[in-house]
Amino acid sequence: MADALTPYARALGIALDRWEGDVPIYHVDFTDAVEGRPDHYHGGATGGLLETAGYGVLRAELGRIGRAAELKPINITVQYLSAGRSRTSYARGRITKLGRRSANITVEAWQDDPARPIATAVMNVLMATPEKG
Amino acid sequence: MPFAPPPLYRAGFETMTHKTFDPKAATPFLCSRGHTGWLGLAYAGHGPDWVELELPWREDLIGDDGQRVLASGPILSLMDMASGLAIWHRMDEFRAIATLDLRVDYVRPAREGANVFGRSQCYRVTRSAAFVRGLAHDGDTEDPVAHIQAVFMKIGGETRELPGG
Repeated sequence: MADALTPYARALGIALDRWEGDVPIYHVDFTDAVEGRPDHYHGGATGGLLETAGYGVLRAELGRIGRAAELKPINITVQYLSAGRSRTSYARGRITKLGRRSANITVEAWQDDPARPIATAVMNVLMATPEKG
Repeated sequence: MPFAPPPLYRAGFETMTHKTFDPKAATPFLCSRGHTGWLGLAYAGHGPDWVELELPWREDLIGDDGQRVLASGPILSLMDMASGLAIWHRMDEFRAIATLDLRVDYVRPAREGANVFGRSQCYRVTRSAAFVRGLAHDGDTEDPVAHIQAVFMKIGGETRELPGG
């Protein structure tokens, strides 16, 4: 399930915020664990939120169509658009292409206004077939 | 609850006089708190234009309950921080910079239980931007776990001061 967060995401404070249709929205509150320079998000923490939302939307879709796969990261490219300030951040992924072996996902993170993202990412994720038995 | 940085730290970030940058001396300060403190990043080495940090193995940083493999997020954070240090080192100046673009290729999973090292090289600084490339490895730089490439922007005009420096 998409709300089955990784230990890393849970430790960072990321949580499922709500569903918009079939798409899970995640949030992370501003705490010491995400802070970079004073009162701002560390780029790595923003990246972690984006990755979590990217895996989340892919797990949700695979679950919806009943397809089992082990997800492995291939790569991620993050664009930092504006400074993440000391308040809650949200992120939502969109599957651009669901292939047989890999998926291409775009993700956006925002704070006050979803129309003004603070960071975006493109991810390629490998979908390995789980071993039988 | 919002975290209030200790006064020394805040003062260090707001004062505008410091002009040199020693990665070995600065890392314990910069990684004492916040996201990098939470990850436990530590200084591992540096050269003329590169800095290497160490990310200690931690049970709660795994990416999947079943696989016991380090999540990709901490590697991204490790490389972002190593890149910032490499830029400050190359400029020999501690000033405000912001990540503009960061690409990480995860070429293989890190070994279970292994500390991961992030080495980033700043190969070019212009008036407004700094360009870096680097790799993450778990003991052998010839067999990396990830490659990265990134661009940072200089922001504002201020130079910051590090305590005791």
